[in-house]
Order: sequence, then C-alpha cells, then structure tokens
Amino acid sequence: METDVIDALIGIEPGSALDAIRNRRKQAREQAQASYRALFAPEDSGGVAAIERFAMAVFVTGLHGDAEIAAFYAARLAESGAAAELRAATDGASAAARGQGPYGAFPAGPLSREDAPGPAHRVAADLRRALGPRLAAAFDHLHMLVFHPRDAAPPALQALLDAGWSTTDIVTLSQIAGFLSFQVRAVAGLRALAATI
Amino acid sequence: MSDRIPDSILRPPPHTAPVVFTRALLDWLPWLEPLAVEALTERHRDALVDAARAKSAYFRLLARDPDALKARTLTDKDIFYNPDAGLPRAERELAAAATSRFNGCIYCASVHSRFSATYSKREDDVQRLLDEGVGADLGERWNAIVAAAVALSATPIAFGPEHVKRLRRAGLDDLAIADVIHAAAFFNWANRLMLSLGEPATTG
Repeated sequence: METDVIDALIGIEPGSALDAIRNRRKQAREQAQASYRALFAPEDSGGVAAIERFAMAVFVTGLHGDAEIAAFYAARLAESGAAAELRAATDGASAAARGQGPYGAFPAGPLSREDAPGPAHRVAADLRRALGPRLAAAFDHLHMLVFHPRDAAPPALQALLDAGWSTTDIVTLSQIAGFLSFQVRAVAGLRALAATI
Repeated sequence: MSDRIPDSILRPPPHTAPVVFTRALLDWLPWLEPLAVEALTERHRDALVDAARAKSAYFRLLARDPDALKARTLTDKDIFYNPDAGLPRAERELAAAATSRFNGCIYCASVHSRFSATYSKREDDVQRLLDEGVGADLGERWNAIVAAAVALSATPIAFGPEHVKRLRRAGLDDLAIADVIHAAAFFNWANRLMLSLGEPATTG
C-alpha cells in the first residue's frame, strides 16, 4: 500500500489518537495524498520533469526551516536521478534564501500603513549556472510565493515565461508551492496537537 | 497550445482594484490564459468537480493541471464542508479569513469573511477582523482561533503546543483543533494561488 506522506512525516501509527482524528476527515486525508501523487508522481509529468518538481520541493521546504520534511524531499530528489551538483546547488540556494514571512506591500491606500517591505530574492550567479535558467527562475519565484506572496505581479510570471516555463507549467509550479505550504503546516500543526494528547 | 508561439501574460481589462479588505463580492482577473470553456474535456470537467466552476476563470486556469486541481478541490471540500462534528463551519471559515487577512489576500478574505459572517451571524466581529487585522479583539474563543491561524501561517511556522492548549481552554476538542489546523494550512495554499495568478477587482 502507498505510504501516506503526511502520516509518515508526523509518525502517525495506525490506531493512534491522530490516526483516528485524521480518519474523521478521511476524504481530506486521502486527497492530500492524491495531491502529493498528482504533483510528485504524476501519470504524465507534462512539461515539468520529476527532477524539477523535487528540486522545487527541497527549495520550498528548506525555506520553511523544517529539516525533516526537507530531507524527505531531498531523498526523493536523489532517487529522481538528479546529479550531485544540482542537489548541492538546490541546498545552497535554499540555505541562502531563508527569511521570515509574510511580508510585502498592499495596494496603495488605507492598507499602506500595514506595508512590511522586504527583499525580492535572486538566486546567486554561481548557483544559477548549476541550476540552469529554468530552475533558477523558478526558485526566484518560489521565494516570493513562500515569503511575500502579496507582492506578486505579472512581471514575475513574465520572468518564468522568459525562462522557458509555459502557462501550464506555471500552474503546476504554483500548485507545488501551494501544496507544500499546506503540507508543512498540516504536519507542524498535527505534530503540535499530538504532543498535547 | 502551440509549440512555436511562446505563451504570454494577460493584461486585465480596465477595472478598479479593492484597496481595503471587504466582505463585498469581488471579481478575480487572471494574469495567465485559462482554458477556454469550449476546450474543456471530460477530464477537465471531472477535475472541476462542480460543473458551475467552468464559469470561473480561476478554476479554468487551474484545470491546466487537472489531477492537481481535482485532488485540491476534494481536500478543500472535506476540510470546510464535512459536517461530522469538529469545528463549526463558521469558525472553519474564520480560520480561512484570518489566514487570508494575515497573508494579504483581499480576494480570499472577502469570500471567507462573508461565509464566516453568514454562518456565525457575527458580522461586526468579522468586519473588525478585516478592518483592524489579526490583532482585533473578537472574544477569547475567536481570538484563540485567529492566533492559531496566524502562528501556523508564519514562515518559519510559529505554531506550537501553546496554541493547541489555548484552543482547548477555549472549548475546542481535538477534532475541532485539527479542523483549525487544516483550515489555516489549506488557506496558505489557496492564498498563494489567488495572489500570484491574478488580481481582484471590484464589481458593480
């Protein structure tokens, strides 16, 4: 039987209190796993290669600072056949891009007093060479999605198109960032719940 | 989809962008080309889950990756609509609205603050969350839910056992606490899609 990734990351044992809680939302449990499958083990990987999918996951989970989840995706990246140089560049890019979010600007007006300016990140030149233009552009975009999504604007999507991402590829990239934002929080939240039961 | 002509971004038509958080009905304008209604195959329609979603540019854009859309939609529906005990719908929507307020998704916050106000009948408190932000005083039970959603939405994640204990003191059982976690976690997914693939516009 397929391993449920969220269960594995939390260490949920069959018959445990958390197992029972997750089963009360059985469809959410199964479809979170189906989301993982759709994004990381798709029937047809289309325009986004498995190596790219797992490299993006290592980058994004690394930005969240959860070493265990990042190690899970790093193992999948290695299994996908990624060269050591690419794996090292992915780890290096993620470590160099850490920050604290959410920050960013609101539309000009009454909310401007809540603006929390912060940096747009660009992967360093030496790492860009190892990653290639597609992944380097993806990482620049993913940093924004993780830390300051309210700064999103059409030029960010143009940069992805310019680096060879199609519209459909960008939808997949965005779903990967979104799903991982969910997954790391479901894991962190349920771990904290388990710690109090 | 042509192999030769590169894709391009869309320029939304003239519109008025909302500049405050609001419970009013907003529109959402895509920055990338959704699939055309007439181009939707059975697989796309199946991924949309509800036939009415074919009218939405947002869902037709996400339908470009149908398997991811379908699984995401079914996850969403169970987290928010499963009526079996746990957190009342109004408070699942509150967690979604608080997450959206904190991340800065005006569109998502409009939808889910409307739902929260409808189901809770606490329009003034919901509006205070939108107007004042996640520090608004909404009474301890709602404050605990908002604080949990905010801590879980921070990067790095700031949620810990102390948030669980506060929710429990406020009267939530373990399933209800899991519902808060799922609702807030899920809106970190939704907010990022809505914020980065298009923009809100006022209607009417």
